[in-house]
Parts: sequence; C-alpha cells; structure tokens
Amino acid sequence: MLFHPAIMALLLADALTLILLLPAGLFALRLLRHWDLNSGSARQIRLERQTYLVATVLGFVFAVQLLSLLLLVFTADRLAVQFVGAMCAVGTFNVNPFGFPALFLKLALFFLASAWLFMNHVDNRAPDYPLTRVKYGLLLIVLPVAALAAVVQVRYFLGLRADVITSCCGSLFSGEKTVTAELAGMPPLQAMIGFYSVLGATVLGGLFALWRRRGALVFSALSALAFPVAIAAVIAFLSLYIYEHPHHHCPFCLLKAEYGYVGYLVYLPLFAASALGVALGVTLPFARAATLAPVMARITPRVVAMATGLFMLCMVLFTWFSWRSNLVLLG
Amino acid sequence: MSEAFIELRGVRKAYNEGLPNQFWAVDGVDLTLERGRVTLLTGPSGSGKTTLLTLLGCLARPTEGRVRVAGQDVSSLPERFLTEQRRHNFGFVFQQFNLIRGLSVLDNVMLPAFPLAPPHGELRSRALQLLGELGLEHRSDARVEWLSGGEAQRAAIARALINDPPVVIADEPTANLDTHLSKAFLAIVERLKDEGRTVILSSHDALVAEATIVDRIVSLRDGKVVG
Amino acid sequence: MRHWIARQRYLIDYTVAALARRMAKNAGLVAVYTALVFVVASVLLYSHALKREAGFLLQGAPEVVLQKLTAGRHDLVPADYVEKLQGIRGVRSVQGRLWGYYFDPLAAANFTVMVPPDRVIPAGSIVIGEGIARTRGAAEGDVMAMRGSDGALILLRIAEILPRDANIVTADLLLVGEADFRALFGITPGLYTDVVLSVAQPREVRTIAEKVLLRLPDTRPVLREEILRTYEAVFDWREGIVLMLLVGAGLAFVILAWEKASGLSADEQREIGVLKAVGWETGDVLTMKLWEGALVSGFAFLAGFSLAYWHVFTFSAPLFAPVLKGWSVLYPDFRLTPAVDGLQLASLFLFTVVPYVAATLVPVWRAAVTDPDRVMR
Repeated sequence: MLFHPAIMALLLADALTLILLLPAGLFALRLLRHWDLNSGSARQIRLERQTYLVATVLGFVFAVQLLSLLLLVFTADRLAVQFVGAMCAVGTFNVNPFGFPALFLKLALFFLASAWLFMNHVDNRAPDYPLTRVKYGLLLIVLPVAALAAVVQVRYFLGLRADVITSCCGSLFSGEKTVTAELAGMPPLQAMIGFYSVLGATVLGGLFALWRRRGALVFSALSALAFPVAIAAVIAFLSLYIYEHPHHHCPFCLLKAEYGYVGYLVYLPLFAASALGVALGVTLPFARAATLAPVMARITPRVVAMATGLFMLCMVLFTWFSWRSNLVLLG
Repeated sequence: MSEAFIELRGVRKAYNEGLPNQFWAVDGVDLTLERGRVTLLTGPSGSGKTTLLTLLGCLARPTEGRVRVAGQDVSSLPERFLTEQRRHNFGFVFQQFNLIRGLSVLDNVMLPAFPLAPPHGELRSRALQLLGELGLEHRSDARVEWLSGGEAQRAAIARALINDPPVVIADEPTANLDTHLSKAFLAIVERLKDEGRTVILSSHDALVAEATIVDRIVSLRDGKVVG
Repeated sequence: MRHWIARQRYLIDYTVAALARRMAKNAGLVAVYTALVFVVASVLLYSHALKREAGFLLQGAPEVVLQKLTAGRHDLVPADYVEKLQGIRGVRSVQGRLWGYYFDPLAAANFTVMVPPDRVIPAGSIVIGEGIARTRGAAEGDVMAMRGSDGALILLRIAEILPRDANIVTADLLLVGEADFRALFGITPGLYTDVVLSVAQPREVRTIAEKVLLRLPDTRPVLREEILRTYEAVFDWREGIVLMLLVGAGLAFVILAWEKASGLSADEQREIGVLKAVGWETGDVLTMKLWEGALVSGFAFLAGFSLAYWHVFTFSAPLFAPVLKGWSVLYPDFRLTPAVDGLQLASLFLFTVVPYVAATLVPVWRAAVTDPDRVMR
C-alpha cells in the first residue's frame, strides 16, 4: 500500500521530522557537555546561536506532526473501503496490530513537542537560561519517541494489504478474514460518571490553583488524566449521541463533513487544554531558579486559566451534544 | 558629579578563537564612563577602537572581563536580553550610515522599533518629530539612496534616537563629511548633550579631538588604554 | 497576545517590502515552486476526480455478477442457472446478461457489444457510442457492416448515437437486439454471458455469494464492493507511481530552495547585519525570514493549485491523462466533475510546502544569527 499518495505524504513527513531531529539530538548532547553561560568564549556563543535553530526545528516538527496526525486519521477513514469489514478509520487501524500504536505514538509526540515548546518559551524569559539543560534532556526523549513513531507507522503501512481482486480465477476471496470495525466502549453510565468526575475535579483543581496560587502541579496531573478519560467518554457515549446510533463508537467519524465537523469543536479544546496542562506539569518541577520566579508567577496563572476554561468548554460541549441528541441511552 | 553609567573591568575580546590566527582586539581594558558626558576614543587603526565601541554598546560580548551598564552586569547576558539592553540604552550611528536602501527615510528611522511593536501612529509621529528636529522632515518620504552625505547622517542619527536611548555611539562620524558638515554634526552632539544624553565617539579627526564639547579623550593602542 | 499580533504585522510589513524589492531574484524560485505545486496538484486532482466518477458509476452496478468458469476460463452461463438462483432468499432479482467484445479491423479497436437490459433495440438496428461514431466517421442512419462468427457479413443500421456526456462509459459501446446479438456471435438461446443479481440488503451480499457458490460450484461471484475496492486500489497505485516519478523533480526543487536561501547576496547580508545592529534580535530576524518563506509558499500553493484546477477540470489534464486513465485505443473524451478534497490538499501541502520549509530552515537560521557587530567591522 505504500504507493498511496496520502501514505507517501505521511512517510515523507516522518522522514523530514527525523532528518531534522537527529542533528538536533546530537546538538543536545554537545550542549549538555559544554554549556556554560558565564563564559564568553566563541564556543558558548555558537551554542547559544544554535539553540535558535533547534527551537525552530521543534516548532516545525510540532506543526508537521499535528498536520500528519489529522492526515493519518483521514487517510485511515478513506482507506476503510479497501478492507473487508472496515466501516471507517477504526477498521483500518485494526487491520494489523501496528495501527493504533502508530496513532498513540503520534499523539505522544504531539504532547512531548508542545511541552518542549512551552519549556523553551519559559526558558527564554529568564536572562540566565535556567531550564536549558532540562530542555535538552527532554529533547533526548523526544528523538527516540519520534524514531519509534516513524518505525511503527512504516510497519503499519507495510502491513496494509488491500482486499482486492488479485486473481482472475479466484472466486469469492477470503470470506473469513474480516476486520473488527468496533471499538469496545464502556457502559455509558459509567463513562459519564467517570468523565464528569475527572473533568469536574480538573476544573475545580484549576480554579483552586488560581485562587490560592498553589497546587498547579496537581492540576497538571489531573489534566493529563483528563485526556484519556475524555477520549474514552467520546467512544463510550458522545459518539453514540452524535451519530444517534447505539453501536457506532468511532471517535474519528466525528471529524467528517456528514456530522458537521463537530469533532473539531470537541477535540480542539480538549487537546489544547491537556497539552497546556501537561506542558506546565513538565516545566514546573524544574522551574526552581530564582530568576524564573517572576516569570512563572506571571505565566502559571494564565496557563491554568486557559486550560481550565477549555476544560469547562469541553464539559459544556459534551453535555450539549448529549442533551440535544435524539438518542436515548440512559433510562 | 555624574555617576558611572558604563563600567568595564578587565575586558578582553578575541577574534578567531582557537584558530592559529587568533588575536586579542581588546586586551585588558578598565574603563568607567560617566553619564551625560561626551567621550572620544582615539587611536590608530587596529588599536581596538571599533571593538571597544561594540563592547561598550552591548553589540558584542567580551571573551573575558565584566561589563556593567547602569549598574547591571551584561557580560553573560544571552543575546535576547543583551539586545533588549541595547535597544533601551543605546543608539548607533555607523561610519557608513548603513541605511537600508529601497526604503524611505521615515521607514528607516522607524525600523529599530519594529520588534517592540508600538502603536503605529505613535511611532510614526515620533519619527517625524525627530526628523523635524534634525531638519529632515521634508525628506521623510524620499528614498535613502537620494540623500546627500549630510542628510544621510542626520537620518542615521534620527534612527539612533527613535527608542530614546540615554547613550548615543557614533563610529567615525566625520570620516565622510567636509568641514562644514562636520561642524554641523558637532552642533548636533552638543544638542544631545544638552538633552542629558551620554555620547561616545570614535574618531581620527583632529576637528573632533579639538572640539570643546568633548569632555574626555581615551587613547587606545594595541587593545589597551594608554591615555 | 495582542502584542504578538502587532509584532507579526510589523514583521510582515517589512517582509512584504523586502520581497517587493527583490522580486527579480525571487521570481525564478517562485516560478519553479508554482510549477511543482501545479504538477503534483494536477495528478492529485485528476485521480481523485476519476475515483469519484468510478464510484458514482459503480453505484448503479449490480451487487453481484456471476460468471461461469470452465478450467479457469470464462464460459457461458446456461439459462437453468438463472432459475436455480431465483430461489435464494435475499436475492431481489436475477437477470441473464448478453455482452461481449467485437474487434473491428477498420478502427483497430474493440467494441463492447451489449444487449441492453432496459430497452428493446429493434432487429437490424444498433445504438452506438460517440467514440465509435468518431473513429468510423459514422452518423445516424448509416449502415455498419459487422462480421459474424460464421464469417458472414451482417448489416446493421445506426438508429442512435449515444450522448457525448456519457462518454466515460459509452464511448466504445454498441447496443444491439438479442436476436442480432446471438446471430453475430453464434450464441445459442439458453446461454448467457453472465448473470447479475440484485440484493436488497448490502450486508447480506457476502452470505448470498457464499450460498450461490454452494449451489453452483463452477461459478465465480464478483461483488460490486470488490470491484470498487480494486478500482480504488488501482487508481491509488497509479497515482502513487506518478508521484514517485516526480521525486526527482521534488529533490531538485528542494536543493534549489536550499541554494536560494543560503545564497544571500552581500546586499542582503548587510541588510540583516544592519537590522541586528539597530536592535532586532535573532528571533525577530528568524520570524521575518520565516514569514518570507510562508508568503512565497502561500503564493506558489494558491497559484499552482488554481492552475492545476483549471488544467484538470477545464482541459481534462492533457499532460497526465494517458498515464492515469490507462491504455486504450478508444479514449473516451470526457469532462470530469470538479471535486476538491481536504485529504488531497493536506497531501499536496506535505509534498510541496513542508519540504520547502524544511530545506530553508537551516539557511534561514544561518542568515539570522549574523553577528550584530558585523556592520562595524
């Protein structure tokens, strides 16, 4: 299946990402060895200059991975028709065991890259580059994750063989080999309880952090938890309400035109809120330097407020779509 | 008595570091410049005048030594913060003027303020006011290629002043001017001094050395202060 | 946030002015960029439109086509098979079809000869497609001579020529009455070319096909969904091959982009040096240069895509059509229905703009980190 244009585009995107990240990784190693802010030597100046390049590369990687995440989902949806039994993207991802891992790794990369960019933003606000070592240590984690994501994605694509007529003499080919197009979902009531309690706790945690100026780390942990819980909730009940079908659990079809693109409306705030929360959580434990205190004092409340607001929006949207739907799941 | 505005302690700057042709352009300079004074740096070419100017004006970091501006140590500031210091404290007038060709005089004057993103109307009127003070308002829309030598210098000065810096640095300001224009330049320097600004000049020109407005002369030789 | 936007506006202002000043230098790159986008977009647009057409057309096709196989070769279906199939539950209708290929030496092409299921062609008349009419120079009322399987000539009058708009399926089609068909090909009554089944419930199709196999083991049911999948796969594959062939061009473009971004003239380098000296920091210059890339890309993308759209949907893509349509003598002359697709646009973006940006990242950075004190040395 490697000659499919969208698949080629995805492979190209991953290749470019790795080509750019590899030297960045090597640079990280160099920097961790030689970084000395107090020195005015030519090497230090060169290192400082190169940090600009790495930051730009990471920004590029983030943007490209975001685009390729969307493209992967839509390609999977488009390809579903090629596999017997696959009704939509879920089916395509199930064709071989590398499908969903490829998706999850892309998501992980998205969160890691956004955390790195946030840490970089904070680091740049203080005159003594207090987070630089941590930042480049983080980069040394981003790189293997990106490599793994690329490899898994390639394996997934290599394992995609369309169920097409290959022989002019063969008759009804492979009746048995169908792909499971269903995603197991939790019982709706449980999922709702889980969703509202976790997201509710997150929002409360955020409000508390804003009021008392403490506990931002707890909020970050909660927002990290909120992401998988919300996705599970989409699968377990929100998708059913939106499609008005008791068995259509697919979290990807929401993004299609026939459902009014509501998927974007739901996913954008969720992704943004979780990314912000996680980024803050990754940065805070290391932001102890005195020079960062005024910076964090300014940035933390803003980030917490934005993330809290977005989580609240999520809850409102979930409730709205569930309420408005013609499907009755409870009672 | 004016307080110290710029202080250099044991400052050295090397070029081609690590290479066989490494040399120290500035080799151990201790210098204190006071606020509100006009200082002149002199010395033969190769004495490190230009390099010293870049170190004084936060255009470059010293390889060794400490630089303090208004009491704050800037020697190990990363570029982002050094540039901020420079934007707020220093205005430069270059020997070649270095106006950007293809842009109008007004655009050139406003350029240093772009990254600070002030309200456009405010910036424009401030630029026009500066040009007016320097007698260039009627040329504000002209392309800089069409300016005469004296006009170009005044445009460069206006650009140096757009962020209202307390220090103005001019590198060989009279090198491309005749006597009449040189005197006009010195008159502008006097006005700057009256406004309370600190002025640092580097020049070979005897006319500048003999000017009454110069408060102090610093002579350099081989990267060291000799007078 | 507002400050960030204001800053971007100032930087974009500067970028636009800088691009305008150096239009001649950038013109070459923009032209090549646009050309690349044009080529890739044409391929993507054309294939997508073809796939859509195939999809639409196949919607009207029967759910199952049954062929008889003898020693792995296609054979004629006896009429009693039709009766046997009618008994299967879930099958809405069963119909025997008569169709085949006729090689016309004058046109040196194959015609698809068919007995239409939905109309009766009077004996002695035929209805032909526009492609046949064109190659034979025939008009309504003319008589066409065809050679039967026994060698005898059969004369048939052209009663109607099918409309041009239907060319994608009818260009080489020749409709004839049942008796004339059987006479032309020497097929005795009681035999059909194949049998089509119409099934009420799409989900049942596979089960029904399995039942058919049980009853008639020497047949081959071909499902419409399989044909659809195979067509999609073939078009995708063709598209992919053409794009692979463009890799060379893509690589050349990337190298050109790198070179252009690296090869700053002394003038440009001085300009950046001045910017750094008067208070722009590396981040500002980087942002400005990235905006330059973005504006160039935006222009090339829009222009290239628009040209491609026009090329494909107004002119039917004369540059690529043969490769993508497949080999044939009687090319149907058809216009494709315009269709743009998000997936395509994203793929196009990843094939053109993203490599451009990736190629220019390092050169742009190198330009942006010019020492601020450079202008003084």
